[in-house]
Amino acid sequence: MDTQAIQHVVQSPNYILEFTYLIASILFIWGLKSLSHPDTARQGMHLAEAGMAAAILGTLFHHDIHFFGWIIAGLILGSLVGAAFAIWVPMTAMPQRTALSHAFGAVAAALVGIAEFTMHAGTMSMFTRSALGLEVMLGTLTTTGSLIACGKLQGFIRGTPVQFKGQQFLNLLIFVGMIGCFGHVLYDPLATGYFYGMVALGFLFGVMLVIPIGSADMPVVMSLLNSYAGLSSAATGFVLGNNILIIAGTLDGFSGFILSILMCKAMNRSITNVLFGGFGSVQHEAGPGAQGEMREISLEDAAVRLAYAGKVVFVPGYGLATAQAQHAVRDLANALEARGVTVKYGIHPVAGRMPGHMNVLLAEANVPYGDLYEMETINPELDSTDVAVVVGANDVVNPDARDNPNSPIAGMPIIEVDKAKTVIVLKRGQGRGFSGLENPLFFKQNTSMLYGDAKNTLSQLAQEVKNV
Amino acid sequence: MNPLLFFALEGAQPAAAEAMDPMVLIAALYVFALAAFLGYQVISRVPPLLHTPLMSATNAISGISLVGSLVIAGAYEFNSHKLLAGGMDAHASWATLMGFVAVFTATVNVVSGFGLTDRMLRMFRKDIKKKEAAK
Repeated sequence: MDTQAIQHVVQSPNYILEFTYLIASILFIWGLKSLSHPDTARQGMHLAEAGMAAAILGTLFHHDIHFFGWIIAGLILGSLVGAAFAIWVPMTAMPQRTALSHAFGAVAAALVGIAEFTMHAGTMSMFTRSALGLEVMLGTLTTTGSLIACGKLQGFIRGTPVQFKGQQFLNLLIFVGMIGCFGHVLYDPLATGYFYGMVALGFLFGVMLVIPIGSADMPVVMSLLNSYAGLSSAATGFVLGNNILIIAGTLDGFSGFILSILMCKAMNRSITNVLFGGFGSVQHEAGPGAQGEMREISLEDAAVRLAYAGKVVFVPGYGLATAQAQHAVRDLANALEARGVTVKYGIHPVAGRMPGHMNVLLAEANVPYGDLYEMETINPELDSTDVAVVVGANDVVNPDARDNPNSPIAGMPIIEVDKAKTVIVLKRGQGRGFSGLENPLFFKQNTSMLYGDAKNTLSQLAQEVKNV
Repeated sequence: MNPLLFFALEGAQPAAAEAMDPMVLIAALYVFALAAFLGYQVISRVPPLLHTPLMSATNAISGISLVGSLVIAGAYEFNSHKLLAGGMDAHASWATLMGFVAVFTATVNVVSGFGLTDRMLRMFRKDIKKKEAAK
């Protein structure tokens, strides 16, 4: 390597390009800041889009770029596929799409790392090589991990945890092997065999990390993989000496990290517990309240009860999304509001399969965001609620989490619908919920069960309410 | 040949060389630390209402790794004969192919990420009731 040439590059950066990157970074941060309120969010994101466009256009003038064929092909193909996603992905499929995009982001980072290693392994400093190793390890394990998560969410792969004896020991072995290869490459940059060994073990580790995790824990896993994908991008920035990559990757990484913590808090579990706990695989003792009889209510009675209520709170869970019932809920709420009933929605942080998913589904069904209440704000109001309607939710309204210290979900914050004067639970059948836990709420005096497909039941309820 | 080359400065050294200067490294660490702090401050203020759009927006933004992929995909000459022949000569062509895939996946993330974020944010409205009442 010609040292004079290196000096030359270091001392004369492309000032126009660097300045473009600086502007783009500021616009990205501005865009994220605007997401603190739904009224400013759209405008802010348009600014971030402009920043992105400027950064990409500016990069096309980069002095290292000499051939444009593959670039143009990649840009055109990517834009077509991306636009198709943006237009046609239904809101119910947002979790799968997001998992897939984590995989795409991570694979891009991993490939850039591998290509850099192939071309410049011999001339890299120790620091650059360690950043590159981190980039490739995080990138590869996030790629396969996210693909598995995507498969589970889409239903290509069974959502139940895959567990076997010695699993954690095997995972540890893979992890140690991966780190070992990394350490070797750190000291011997020409050991390409070890480098590709690290790549292979990274892919394998991603698979092993996600298969033991059940679908109900997906909000945590998604956030965590988001964080890894972002940090992998940030490491790319260190390898390429590119500040905008460091900034954007760090923002993404921290966003994912913060969301993971919030999701864990909302389930009262630690990240290690989610990753290694294998939730939902064991049957647990139900609390003392989980006995007795469930009372069924007829459609007509339920409609009358709703129509003459003063205040109704809907508590939706993932079952609402699987039944595609968000519009039916809105119709029922409309019919109730036409009669002067106050309608609110209580949204648990882990309702759905990714952070905030339920809010998007209800917003799509034209529920104004002013009616969507977070758990902390809706809980004090439930005492004065006449009817709480639980639609396809189970664990997030399970009073065992609050009352039974032996419950596996003990300590998880819940929406306390059992404090409402009456509760109507819409459920497909008498079976247990996703986590396989009994729910004492269903056996309470003031709870009535309404069985059937949520979408059908809700539309019929809306009809009945109009006829009351 | 790059038709835009006259805009760029001379010297076609590989990008990785730029990261070797210790001062550049220290500056990069500063950027990382400050971005982490700023990110924590900004993102903590996003309400749970908008967490899904947030995830999709940060995804799109981290698609900026596209700028790294572009340089890899365009820096070296692709030669299918050398690629098939294998060995050291094939490295540049492999790098180009990997760069191409990375450009593709990062572009998908940028376009679909921003597109979906906007689609979602359009749904969050406060005034639906007033509009319906006006009808």
